[in-house]
Amino acid sequence: MSLNIIVLAKQVPDTRNVGKDAMKEDGTINRAALPAIFNPEDLNALEQALRLKDANPSSTITLLTMGLPRASEIIREAIYRGADAGIVLTDRVLGGADTLATSYSLAQAVKKFGKFDIILGGRQAIDGDTAQVGPQIAEKLGIPQVTYAEEIIELKDGYVTVKRRLENGVETVKAPLPCVVTVNGSAPACRPRNAMRVQKFKYAASPSEAAKLSDERKALLEKRPYLNLQEWNAAFVEADPEQIGLPGSPTKVKAIENVVFTAKESRQLDDSDAQIEELVKELIANHTIG
Amino acid sequence: MNQNNLIVYLEFEDGRVADVSLELLTKGRTLASKLGVELEAVVIGDNLDGVEEQVFPYGVDRLYKVSDKRLAPYTSNPHSAVLINLFREIKPQACLMGATCIGRDLGPRVSSCLHSGLTADCTALEIGDHTDPKTGKEYKDLLLQIRPAFGGNIVATIVNPECRPQMATVREGVMKKEIFDPNHKGEVIELDPKKYVSDEDFVVEIIDRHIEKSKINIKNSPIIVAGGYGVGSKENFQLLFDLANTLGAEVGASRAAVDAGFTEHARQIGQTGVTVRPKLYIACGISGQIQHIAGMQDSSIIISINNDPNAPINTIADYVITGNIEDVVPKLIKYYKKNSK
Ligand SMILES: Cc1cc2nc3c(=O)[nH]c(=O)nc-3n(C[C@H](O)[C@H](O)[C@H](O)COP(=O)(O)OP(=O)(O)OC[C@H]3O[C@@H](n4cnc5c(N)ncnc54)[C@H](O)[C@@H]3O)c2cc1C
Ligand SMILES: Nc1ncnc2c1ncn2[C@@H]1O[C@H](COP(=O)(O)O)[C@@H](O)[C@H]1O
Repeated sequence: MSLNIIVLAKQVPDTRNVGKDAMKEDGTINRAALPAIFNPEDLNALEQALRLKDANPSSTITLLTMGLPRASEIIREAIYRGADAGIVLTDRVLGGADTLATSYSLAQAVKKFGKFDIILGGRQAIDGDTAQVGPQIAEKLGIPQVTYAEEIIELKDGYVTVKRRLENGVETVKAPLPCVVTVNGSAPACRPRNAMRVQKFKYAASPSEAAKLSDERKALLEKRPYLNLQEWNAAFVEADPEQIGLPGSPTKVKAIENVVFTAKESRQLDDSDAQIEELVKELIANHTIG
Repeated sequence: MNQNNLIVYLEFEDGRVADVSLELLTKGRTLASKLGVELEAVVIGDNLDGVEEQVFPYGVDRLYKVSDKRLAPYTSNPHSAVLINLFREIKPQACLMGATCIGRDLGPRVSSCLHSGLTADCTALEIGDHTDPKTGKEYKDLLLQIRPAFGGNIVATIVNPECRPQMATVREGVMKKEIFDPNHKGEVIELDPKKYVSDEDFVVEIIDRHIEKSKINIKNSPIIVAGGYGVGSKENFQLLFDLANTLGAEVGASRAAVDAGFTEHARQIGQTGVTVRPKLYIACGISGQIQHIAGMQDSSIIISINNDPNAPINTIADYVITGNIEDVVPKLIKYYKKNSK
């Protein structure tokens, strides 16, 4: 069986390692200080796609991402790990999109892409932590969704069986294809890059990247079509201008504040027996404990 | 038809309305009163007898019940279909849901279909006015949806000026649950499921399900002993359990401790765990990153035990004990036993 698999992935600022220089004086984010990474749970989704391809080797995996032109970095990363191709949906008019405008734009790209069997995405992206884009794309495409997936147990006869990891348990569900499956961080980690694929695809480039390359590298792209990564814009996916970008977003950011915690006047103690006994007595006396 | 009210989606399992839903009713009651509208609730499932008794004391004015065997347990499309069709009729101005596996599966689907904005994981909800910075257009009494963004490093206030309902999800424990009036009575409206959901919506089949109610109840414990990565190992975490048992406390953890496998996820406190506000919070080997503090800063008294005198958590602590967990925790146990009663 050859499956046509789409993986949704996002390039995100690495909010997990936010250093002191990540916030500017005025309390806004200094995006430049944060490295851009492959959204972690999207790598879990890619691994599930690669496993489907392991079981059905004639399948193709296409990465779809919406973002800045530099998002083709994560497409190369996915190709090094075993994906076949990638599309960056990029356009200035798509900027400032909330999750609804993002889902609409990505759903338009999926429609342009054509026939597919399954869409895999991460549960959520670490910059927004909303977990909304997957289900919203499913709704826009009019297909079912399976969220919080930990493992694709089986895909056959037009159905996919998925194990879901919920707050307080697990659930196994069977959904008809095509559908959207969003994958949890608790799913198996993505396999590493394959050295041969790195060799083969390291010069892969998108049109925006190609524009800045030497003539020699441009010639290489012409000679080897598989090195050309695709870039699509809003017009190409026939996106309604009213539904994309900032104007197409029902939610608006009214205000942004830096997080500040009010420091307390703290009592400093050391680990000596005397000080700890005194603390315990005090807490008992004022009925905090006991 | 009553329109323009505030509605809460109730999660319901094994005869009980989920805590997170009751917390949202408490919040929703305050917001609805402020807006001068009614508080409505909707419950979708099977065997819904008695749900009204559970929710009326929280101030619900109207409860919509949609009952069908196939609607329990929860699946995405049928529950979405009910809400979408119901909301088209009753046009609520705002809808609140738990930021749970259910709410975060259902909310996006409903908001996508109704083209209404949805803000996930709000930590505060208020009513306020908004002026569009570009057009200068003024909006009165919007739902201000406040949430951390960027991994918790900033707090953003989100509004949905034009689209209705204004939708928001909130995690369990973030809002307080409080009886509004034990004698409050509302109206019950039983809806015919056939009018709201069609056979084609039942596309996803649940083959197997193991849901266990977590026995861990850190949210309601007056004393919490929380361990971080600095505790060092699963074995050392036992020290915290010993202290907790001595004090009649529960054990909580930072995400780093959970990720390292020192203890289970149900104990995680913070932005992606539970929010707690105990009388006493003892933070053991926790550095105090923003995402952790977000879930415990409202504790009445905070004790930090850390071998780094400059750990960020120390700034919000009432007592800072500089030392190693291995030394300090046994001493706390010893002197408590010696001095209590
Ligand atoms: C989107 C997002 C959501 C997150 N959500 C959460 C969340 O919900 N909850 C959460 O907790 N974190 C969350 N985090 C992670 C958070 O940023 C921190 O990484 C985490 O809280 C750190 O845990 P820690 O303090 O235990 O570990 P560390 O930062 O490694 O701190 C360990 C501390 O232990 C001290 N120590 C070491 N050895 C000893 C010893 N022997 N005795 C005493 N002290 C010792 C050290 O001095 C240090 O202060 C989130 C992060 C992101 C990006
Ligand atoms: N701009 C994007 N491009 C491609 N996929 C995306 C994008 N935004 C979100 N996704 C997918 O949707 C998931 C949930 O994202 P979010 O709703 O932003 O938390 C991510 O893990 C991705 O799989």
